[in-house]
Amino acid sequence: MTARIGVVTFPGTLDDRDTQRAVRLAGAEAVPLWHRDKDLKQVDAVVLPGGFSYGDYLRAGAISRFSPLMETVIDQAKAGLPVLGICNGFQVLTESHLLPGAMLRNNHLHFICRDQKLRVESDRTAWTADYTAGQEISIPLKNIDGRYVADERTLDMLEAEGRVAFRYLARGEAADGYGNPNGSLRDIAGITNEAGNVVGLMPHPEHAVEPGIGTGRTDGLGFFTSILKKLVNV
Amino acid sequence: MLHSSGERPPYPRNLDTVKHATETPDVEQPWSELGLKQDEYERIREILGRRPTGAELAMYSVMWSEHCSYKSSKVHLKQFGEKAPENDAMLVGIGENAGVVDVGQGYAVTFKVESHNHPSYIEPYQGAATGVGGIVRDILAMGARPVAVMDPLRFGAADHPDTKRVLPGVVAGIGGYGNCLGLPNIGGEVVFDDCYQGNPLVNALCVGVMKHEDIHLAKASGTGNKVILYGARTGGDGIGGVSVLASETFESTGPAKRPAVQVGDPFQEKLLIECTLEIFKENLVAGIQDLGGAGLSCATSELASAGSGGMRVELDTVPLRDATLSPEEILMSESQERMCAIVEPDKVDRFLEICEKWDVIATVIGEVTEGDRLEIFWHGEQIVDVPPRSVAHEGPTYHRPYERPSWQDALQADDANKLPRPASGAELKEQVLKLVASPNQASKSWITDQYDRFVQGNTVLAQPEDSGMIRIDADTNLGVAVATDGNGRYAKLDPYAGAQLALAEAYRNVATTGAKPLAVSDCLNFGSPEDPAVMWQFAEATRGLADACQTLGTPVTGGNVSLYNQTGETAIHPTPVVAVLGVIDDVTRRTPVAFKEEGQLLYLLGDTKEEFGGSAWSQVIHGHLGGLPPAVDLERERLLAEILISASRDGMIDAAHDLSDGGLIQAVVESCLRGGTGARLVVPDGLDAFTFLFSESAGRAVVAVPRSEELRFTDMCGARGLPVTRIGVVDGAESDSNAVVDVQGEFVLSLAELRTAHEETIPALLV
Repeated sequence: MTARIGVVTFPGTLDDRDTQRAVRLAGAEAVPLWHRDKDLKQVDAVVLPGGFSYGDYLRAGAISRFSPLMETVIDQAKAGLPVLGICNGFQVLTESHLLPGAMLRNNHLHFICRDQKLRVESDRTAWTADYTAGQEISIPLKNIDGRYVADERTLDMLEAEGRVAFRYLARGEAADGYGNPNGSLRDIAGITNEAGNVVGLMPHPEHAVEPGIGTGRTDGLGFFTSILKKLVNV
Repeated sequence: MLHSSGERPPYPRNLDTVKHATETPDVEQPWSELGLKQDEYERIREILGRRPTGAELAMYSVMWSEHCSYKSSKVHLKQFGEKAPENDAMLVGIGENAGVVDVGQGYAVTFKVESHNHPSYIEPYQGAATGVGGIVRDILAMGARPVAVMDPLRFGAADHPDTKRVLPGVVAGIGGYGNCLGLPNIGGEVVFDDCYQGNPLVNALCVGVMKHEDIHLAKASGTGNKVILYGARTGGDGIGGVSVLASETFESTGPAKRPAVQVGDPFQEKLLIECTLEIFKENLVAGIQDLGGAGLSCATSELASAGSGGMRVELDTVPLRDATLSPEEILMSESQERMCAIVEPDKVDRFLEICEKWDVIATVIGEVTEGDRLEIFWHGEQIVDVPPRSVAHEGPTYHRPYERPSWQDALQADDANKLPRPASGAELKEQVLKLVASPNQASKSWITDQYDRFVQGNTVLAQPEDSGMIRIDADTNLGVAVATDGNGRYAKLDPYAGAQLALAEAYRNVATTGAKPLAVSDCLNFGSPEDPAVMWQFAEATRGLADACQTLGTPVTGGNVSLYNQTGETAIHPTPVVAVLGVIDDVTRRTPVAFKEEGQLLYLLGDTKEEFGGSAWSQVIHGHLGGLPPAVDLERERLLAEILISASRDGMIDAAHDLSDGGLIQAVVESCLRGGTGARLVVPDGLDAFTFLFSESAGRAVVAVPRSEELRFTDMCGARGLPVTRIGVVDGAESDSNAVVDVQGEFVLSLAELRTAHEETIPALLV
């Protein structure tokens, strides 16, 4: 039996079908979850995909956080359920206070879509075990509200506890996907909670899982194989 | 739950009912303010046997407008049908919301390009955004899941202050709307030219995919079937000239000035897409139409006209955003994100249930009736009683006079081939840098990076590749490619050839990526049809395009005409934008533009002649437009395409780039920059360096051939009679700083220098 990974659809979610495909490519079973349901259908992990849930009205992720499904996700995440929030999903996680900080409009005020270089800072989360700390990967980034901010104390805490999971690679040419793309503090692209089961990031691993499609690279597949191995080994 | 909230005022007091219209034949009506001509108004009276009611007048005026009725263009457009080549792939032709093409394996693809030029000048963000929204609903209405968008754009001079207002707004609008719908933006064009200064062209294309059995058509049949309006509430946006009626015929109780530009809500549209696809999946609709230009007037009259003809609508059931709207305004409103479906009575409950699931408002507003009249009621009183065909399909037809303009000869005589040419390698080098950095040839990534090209996870190629390519089946790797092209400078010099060159370039771009061109959609952007010179350009361009489609075997499946693109008396360059759709059996065989492998051989395919009329070189170096555009050879285009497709399928080439504006050197520089490589070029015997680098002869491409494939490839070209010339080799590089483009004996340019020139222009102008 393989792992069942839930993929949530809110109204305005865009990357749900892509994420289901990535889950399947990794060898797990993708289970569609609907925002109005409270039931998680016995999934072993949950992905909150990207998009513009509820049209990003009020603030990105602010309304989704109150959906019936998220109430269950929040409870179970606190009890250890692995949860990955990608882009808008990351925004939902910060709005839910499962992860600290917030995302503001990009410092250049534009939507930006590019192949982005990242460094995996932590391989100790449920979603990054297949990478090695320090490994550089390249996956698509596409957002307008992607600038990660938190107060200094929180940032220091994240650093001290090893909870900065991904950092934008500052060196090199912008044309090659290097550089901090949005003014995120301390080049933070993604973080994890203390237990390592909840991870959020702005770039999109689900769009880098097949050779020849998207960027052509498969650097994002490791997120999905990481969780699968963890769940199957349990 | 499914009704609008709030009190309806007992409005209006002076309702112009059919009865009232019959009793008051001599009431003055504002037909002129609504854009109707005297004889058109008389014809409406003749059709109805009485004066029209205010609501009827509103419907006729908007449906008989140039935009909806194609009254000036249709006598020319019919050639697309008359000359349509035999093509087994056509499943649905011109006349529906969009044409549908068979791409094999049971899949059908629908695509269409449309204009939203005027709204985008007035309000760039909303104009461009709702342009995307409108074309996406057209595609959706055919039964297809939208899978990609593209945007051919044209602006005034890049350094003009107003371009700084219009362009960022248009780009943000396209991105803001398209990104939020989850549709990858995979290509398009950005062109700058003074002629578009007061009249930018914002064209939008959408591609959709479905199974053959899922094709839906816009028709209302089956007496007793319900008419369901679903999506956004109807508001006062996009009403335009019809507000004349509200203020002149009736007491004005609402806001006096309605915005003429619609306001979009992509979140609502995303819900509408998912909701509609679920409705299709359960086979719940008998007919469907999106609401775009002319709103409910168009949807009801077209559905009824294409069906058995009878429909009854209770207009006061339409959910409103503004309760003070008059019935005329409701009929005319172009509020976005609305669809109209014809549903059998026993399927209505399930239909409404799915709408509720997606938080989409849905309302039964009427039903299909026996007979052949479209009847619309307002609180029980009849305000419309018309034969729907007379509104939707039997509008006026104009045979507008056209005449070759007197200046055409002088323009063509002003030969670009006689312009002073660079005299030394140093001068050539300087001009290459100038061209690569010129706004039209420069990298557009500042713009395209504001569009999501990855969403849906099926993007194989996106800008700046020659065509956008989308995988449509993950198991078989079946895919489609689309390219849009148009060169207003060529078309100005010769509209007939210019339209053919637009088609030839798009066709070539599709083939360059390895896909087989199948079908065409076009957006014909021209000036005022009341100007015989413009009408001549239009007549020539449509004739040229129809002839070329016939020769190439790629039928026009649909499209759009945009006239009156001018500022004062000055028309834009005639700008036929042509989109070509192609199919590729295995997307992993696609050919990208990037030169990646050191040592691969560069071959030039096709003939290079001294052709500089309308060229980028003549524009950038001399600010010149004159002479004749490059010669068109459609048989050559077909042969070139066949070679490129075979070479891609059989793995004989690793990269290919079509040659168009800017000539060979532009293509080679782009391929090197994309691959991070250098290139050494040798000027072939019989050509001078200048012509070799800058000529814009059509029917050409440059390809990178692995050494192991060289013989096989050149043999194939030789056997099939395609001229093939070895022009150089790809050089490897560790970084931009040590890669060079070396035109041997002429000049050397470092990749770093070229990258700076190519990539810094647009941000510097717009940020």
